[in-house]
Amino acid sequence: MLYEQELKTFVEGTTNFFEVAAQQPASIGSPYLMEGSPAVHEYTGVINISGKREGVVYFTASKAMLTVLLMKMQENDFSHETMRDLVGEVANTISGNARRDFGRDFVISVPSVLSGEKPQIPQKPGVRSFIIPINWRSHSAKLIVSLS
Amino acid sequence: MRNSNGTAMNGNGKRSFKLMIVDDSNIMRRRIERSQNFEDLQVVGTAGNGLEALELFKKTDPDVVTMDLTMPRMDGIECIGQLVALKPAVRILVISALADKATAVEAMERGANGFLNKPFTDRQLNEAIADLMR
Repeated sequence: MLYEQELKTFVEGTTNFFEVAAQQPASIGSPYLMEGSPAVHEYTGVINISGKREGVVYFTASKAMLTVLLMKMQENDFSHETMRDLVGEVANTISGNARRDFGRDFVISVPSVLSGEKPQIPQKPGVRSFIIPINWRSHSAKLIVSLS
Repeated sequence: MRNSNGTAMNGNGKRSFKLMIVDDSNIMRRRIERSQNFEDLQVVGTAGNGLEALELFKKTDPDVVTMDLTMPRMDGIECIGQLVALKPAVRILVISALADKATAVEAMERGANGFLNKPFTDRQLNEAIADLMR
């Protein structure tokens, strides 16, 4: 079960990521309950959570958004591998920052990445997942937090 | 160039330091290499996990290391302990997304000298490296 204060931790982590790494704030929408399989973008970074909480954190973004993000980070490699690297790093950073509130027993995995044709986000029965909408420049992305 | 004590020097006769960058993200490794602005700091190599870092460390003998924590094969906490055992004088700056105090304390107890949370600005990176080299 995810509590409001815990969702706030992820909202703050996402806000901080864009302010610092992209040097341009994102507009973070109100989290809402995920129903069914959500629409995801071309690239999705996946962090498995274990320890005192079990679950998954996903960051999903379009190639266009990741390209601009890389430019803002003064990166000049826009290959498929670099897109995968970036989307995993964003998921890792937001999840790792959440340990400020969750503590060290909130154990995060190294990132894995889904890419290509409409990857599916699996949903565990009985686990409520929330979607945090992210709008940055003209692009949209999502952070999906699924914790038991 | 080296002085009479065998210490590496740059062209101005100042001591130069060798830097090794350890992070499983290529983007982060390039970012740290590009953003550090110390003329007396020479990047001698980069590694994508703790095991690679150990091998590279033995070959290049760096003075300063930036170290990620969450990495495959060998994590940063384990790697810090092994690097310090090889060279107690090495200066290690942890650069990690893990933001809880207990992790920072553990890294310092293993032998790290500084801790910088991701995400970071260029200024924060350079201040953290400057602190490390004092």
